[in-house]
Amino acid sequence: MSQPFRRSSGGHIDRTQPITVSFNGKTLHGYRGDTIASMLIASGSHLAGRSFKYHRPRGILSHGSDEPNALLSVDWRPEKGEGRRDPNNRASVVEARSGLKTATQNHWPSLETDIGAVNDLLSPVFVAGFYYKTFMWPRKFWDKVYEPFIRKAAGLGDAPEVPDADRYANRHAHADILVVGAGPAGLSAALAASEDGSKRVILADEGFKLGGALLNDVTSEIDGKPAAVWVEEMVAQLDARENVIVLPRTTVFGYYNHNHIAMVERVADHRDNAPDGLARERLWQVRASKVIIAAGSHERPLVFENNDRPGIMLAESARAFINRYAVLPGKSLVVATCGASAYRTALDAKAAGMDVKIVDIRLGEDCGPELAEARSAGIDVLTGHTVVKALGTKRVTGVVVAPLGNDGSVGTRRTLTCDCVAMSGGWTPSVHLFSQSRGKLAFDASLDAFLPGQSAQEEVSAGACHGIYDLSEIIADGYKAGGSDTSVSATATFTGFQPVRVLPTDADPKKVKAFIDFQNDVTAKDIKLAVREGFESIEHVKRYTTTGMATDQGKTSNMNALGLVAGLLDRPLPAIGTTTFRPPYTPVTFGALVGPSREDRFEPVRTTAIDPWAVANGAEFEPVGQWRRAHYFPKAGEDMHAAVARECKAVRTSVGIFDASTLGKIEVVGPDAAEFMNRIYTNAWAKLKVGGCRYGLMLGENGFVMDDGVVARLAEDRFHVTTTTGGAPRVFQHMEDYLQTEWPDLDVFITSITEQWAAIAVQGPNARKVVEPFVSDIDMSEGAFPHMAVREGFICGVPTRLFRVSFTGETGFEVNVPVDYAEAVWKTLYEEGRKYDITPYGTETMHVLRCEMGFIIVGQETDGTATPDDVGLSGLVSKKKPDFVGMRSLARPDMLLPDRKQLVGILAKDPNEVLEEGAQVVEDPSLPVPVPMIGHVTSSYFSSNCGRSIAMAMIKGGRARIDQTVWVTTPKGFTEATISTSVFHTVQGEKVDA
Amino acid sequence: MRRFSLASLLKESTKGHTGWERQWRAPEPKKEYDVVIVGGGGHGLATAYYLATVHGVTNVAIIEKGWIGGGNTGRNTTIIRSNYLFDESAALYNHAMNLWEGLSQELNYNIMFSQRGVLMLAHNHHDVVTFKRHVYSNKLNGVDNEWLSPEECKAFCPPLTISKDIRYPVMGGALQRKGGTARHDAVAWGYARGADARGVDIIQNCEVTGLQRNPDGSVKAVETTRGTIGARKVGVVAAGHTGVVMGRFGLRMPVESVPLQALVSEPVKPCFPCVVMSNAVHAYISQSDKGELVIGAGTDQYNSYSQQGGIHVTNHTLDAICELFPQFTRMRMLRSWGGIVDVTPDRSPILSKTPIKNLFVNCGWGTGGFKATPGSGHVFAHMLATGEPHEINAPYSLDRFRTGRLIDEAAAAAVSH
Repeated sequence: MSQPFRRSSGGHIDRTQPITVSFNGKTLHGYRGDTIASMLIASGSHLAGRSFKYHRPRGILSHGSDEPNALLSVDWRPEKGEGRRDPNNRASVVEARSGLKTATQNHWPSLETDIGAVNDLLSPVFVAGFYYKTFMWPRKFWDKVYEPFIRKAAGLGDAPEVPDADRYANRHAHADILVVGAGPAGLSAALAASEDGSKRVILADEGFKLGGALLNDVTSEIDGKPAAVWVEEMVAQLDARENVIVLPRTTVFGYYNHNHIAMVERVADHRDNAPDGLARERLWQVRASKVIIAAGSHERPLVFENNDRPGIMLAESARAFINRYAVLPGKSLVVATCGASAYRTALDAKAAGMDVKIVDIRLGEDCGPELAEARSAGIDVLTGHTVVKALGTKRVTGVVVAPLGNDGSVGTRRTLTCDCVAMSGGWTPSVHLFSQSRGKLAFDASLDAFLPGQSAQEEVSAGACHGIYDLSEIIADGYKAGGSDTSVSATATFTGFQPVRVLPTDADPKKVKAFIDFQNDVTAKDIKLAVREGFESIEHVKRYTTTGMATDQGKTSNMNALGLVAGLLDRPLPAIGTTTFRPPYTPVTFGALVGPSREDRFEPVRTTAIDPWAVANGAEFEPVGQWRRAHYFPKAGEDMHAAVARECKAVRTSVGIFDASTLGKIEVVGPDAAEFMNRIYTNAWAKLKVGGCRYGLMLGENGFVMDDGVVARLAEDRFHVTTTTGGAPRVFQHMEDYLQTEWPDLDVFITSITEQWAAIAVQGPNARKVVEPFVSDIDMSEGAFPHMAVREGFICGVPTRLFRVSFTGETGFEVNVPVDYAEAVWKTLYEEGRKYDITPYGTETMHVLRCEMGFIIVGQETDGTATPDDVGLSGLVSKKKPDFVGMRSLARPDMLLPDRKQLVGILAKDPNEVLEEGAQVVEDPSLPVPVPMIGHVTSSYFSSNCGRSIAMAMIKGGRARIDQTVWVTTPKGFTEATISTSVFHTVQGEKVDA
Repeated sequence: MRRFSLASLLKESTKGHTGWERQWRAPEPKKEYDVVIVGGGGHGLATAYYLATVHGVTNVAIIEKGWIGGGNTGRNTTIIRSNYLFDESAALYNHAMNLWEGLSQELNYNIMFSQRGVLMLAHNHHDVVTFKRHVYSNKLNGVDNEWLSPEECKAFCPPLTISKDIRYPVMGGALQRKGGTARHDAVAWGYARGADARGVDIIQNCEVTGLQRNPDGSVKAVETTRGTIGARKVGVVAAGHTGVVMGRFGLRMPVESVPLQALVSEPVKPCFPCVVMSNAVHAYISQSDKGELVIGAGTDQYNSYSQQGGIHVTNHTLDAICELFPQFTRMRMLRSWGGIVDVTPDRSPILSKTPIKNLFVNCGWGTGGFKATPGSGHVFAHMLATGEPHEINAPYSLDRFRTGRLIDEAAAAAVSH
């Protein structure tokens, strides 16, 4: 039989749907409703992995998301090819279905025989923090020898190596009440909260079946019904309510400010036939008026020698496997406990036909009615006994127990043979989300647990995470949290435990490996060592020993560690502190957090209205911020150099056409618009006439050049501002910031119009001839429409704001039209321009042409450390205005020093050599390191118009160094160059002086 | 101080490690110290260590509100590099780099300084020019930095995507081979152990609440939750809470405090050999020795003292990581956290005298303080011992915000045009 440990009946599994799963190449059999863990147990095996550091064989500790040991690599759809495998899946929560391909991790050559287990023998050396004390000699060996070795040994599974074939979704929602957890408290709370239909309720549970611990419970009755029936009825009622969203397989993992809740829903992995394109997981971001946390609690392991052997599990988990999954964890069970709840496991195991013994640390008189009940069921109970150690290696074969004397002494050992152990060290309420919400935890000594104390946000905890363990009280607490008081009768639950930190033993504690944190292989010894070495805060202990830092995030280990430290220091437990819980509650797939923001949707590509024309006409593109801009337009056989040379020549000799639409455009409107402009820009605006344009310079508060651009005055109260392409959002924010916070008295509105207006630059001696034929309502004569003017009218019959401006030094027009008409206008102008051999040009030519004229580009010549004077624009700084942004900073003494870097030209000695942008400039390259630098090259091109290379540089005291010989760095060394003025080209014909 | 070595480790392993002593004491505060350092992070601990070792000043107390190394020292992504542009920065961070290189041996504490290389990716023309400017400047300043083509980037970091089809294709990168990571906690503990062994008192769980001054206005004592502690000199090294501490002393600092988040993935076998940073796509990533991918990005937008940021920042960070490394979308985030970073107007630190005599301040490291820890402590110790700045930290005065002699690295790496 392939499932020798499967029970013949019962459980929340569907025996009509048999399934098979591949596990290390072997086949596991089971049913829908199983997890990989329950299928493995059904096969009779517990061996599910190797530990992180010592490579000890490990089994299944838990039935939930707190599982530290049984971590699997899972290929979720191997039949569909690559891209759906991931490591470190907890076998206890992987919802099994046919076709999954699973494998254990962190062993070589196999799970059964792992060479790495030699580390277990070396464990006397490999104690907590041993690596801080050695591996330091010889010095070079750390990252060459020791570290690669450690890295190889560490890690769990293998990272995916191919791109993910799945996609992920995102959803935002609002809720009046969000209920976390669908156990008895959560179901009750959700029912109460949704009762009158007026509130939107979301109920989320990490499990694939709702009911929480009630799924493990075959004996309790609620309102006279078996617990499972009660769960079914509750879920059916909630499902039927239109104001309730019930989300199984949904983990609430983050509790952020303002009741902003993050949760992840597993949508596809459990489906046999997931439609193509169905998202694998969905990130929910919920704003909830109120959150009810009903997250339950985690059982604590007992700490004794070899407590990590396969076959040893948490008591409630053993009960879950027996009742919920209908598998027996073995034939012969020892229940080791320090409290009452584990007796339920013993009774259910006995009823399921297992041979059961109980070892209870508590004295008989400290036990409750559970003791008599167990004994009357025929279970042998040893009270007042300790577990000294577990026997067996790859599977527990027995436990050594001994009576405890009144003085704590350990009496005569005896061995109980068994093939599984269910242990219970008490319970830890799940306060993770409460703590994430910044609520203050309060220690309850009677429960030996931290409980929710003072709230920081609108939330309430209910049920076991609230420190309530009795079933009827849990349900009542849920109803109360949900807004109503309903009395419910439920079976009384055994409660209470006597905390023990490390079980008493007569063995030499120095030689005992009793695990606190299973996954990170942290033993009680390690924690004692940390305390001995002065690590007293729990945060220090955590970081020094790594306890609680594994993928289970210490859910089973934190309280044992904390209790042990408190005991060693003889301080009350709260004085050691508890760690702050942070998102996520359980690990969350990157993909879910990324959602659809991948590949093409990572960040949208902004394109202009003329982009399709550029594509059709063979443009090469470059990214500029979020924009895609035409870089140059090569003709067949041309490289970039040749294309740019041709484009440059064309603009100087006839006419070129350029898509300037990406320039930022902001409309500044209102009675105080001119005053606002006066304060934002360094130059004066009051006297700019309507219809006039002016080049504007903007500083940051620190007095450095922030942005520039041509500004047109369309009316007394209306300015059309242009900004650099990359600076547009920053400038808008800067203006808005000042308007809202500094000058709320100004009656001004600003609006971004970048996306509304396209801009077509027509530049060159023949520019006017190309534009003029299509313009109406504008007097195009030189006298009526001079350089640096703006006119509103029509072009090609559509509205235009026509600028007479130039960034090339040639006669130029910038045709602004609403974007919807832009491509048509462009095409019309282009067709007309063919008479003059019009040449479309890209950003590279634009850069070269403006450099020939010595025009700066903010962000290229300036780098956030240049003043207006540094770049030769002091004439644009008004001396008369009372104030403008950055004015005060300009007066600081260091801003006026003569040795500041200044904008100059720089010419390589070899006219064919193009200096490298970013290259540093020195006076004497023969000096030893550190070589004093006097500046750097900011722009550098080959100029076909000048017949040589040209460049601009920021040089210390540069304006006083004209004609000085300097040296510029190259990939190979230095090259000779001469400082020059920064205007390289003299334009013939119509004069422009932009 | 008992020396750590393989021999001592093996010897202890035969005795169950019962012979190790405390790495630092838990002393009661003395009545008075020559120097009181406010803040027990890496920078404060390093300051104390170098006061004792370089300057022989051992009557020193470190006063820490929580537990040492619990602030940004224990919360950062542990990246160490020194390829800064300006001479002032290069001098400071390379001073730190030189100290990092022998630090494990000097402290006798393996701080796991791993010089696996820091690769900064360029994704547009502006990045290329900016990084080349850095490379040239660094070479002339004797700082290790080199330019790599996209193919060379891929060879150095095989998991990297250099496809032309991604949103911002990699156009090259600047590699500092000497850069890398270190074990942040070990840095704090190593300095603490070294300082303690030389007589420095490390006083944890003690909050500084005020300052007492002599009639001439100079520092007299600090008031704390454990009483008044006399101090001839006080150095405040309180990172994100410097503004709070100095506020209690009556001084307003030119800093803003904002949350900076980071996260780690579940541990996996080695799959990422170096540190990669991308300013344009905006994230950085490395893999810890334990196997976790360590990931960070920019700060949250709002000023705050809460060590918790918004999930949208995490989402954007991972967007960027998965754009460059699409094979990682199936990895899982294990932990995320926030620290509070103090940012100055030019985003460079302040290591300075203050208007109060014998009160000194070391703050404003923003998002990049960890890498400077040894250098910062070394020069700040000089200032506390001598009363005057070390030549390396002289440019980092409070006064520069008045004179305008800013050191604006971030502006120099300005966004694309």
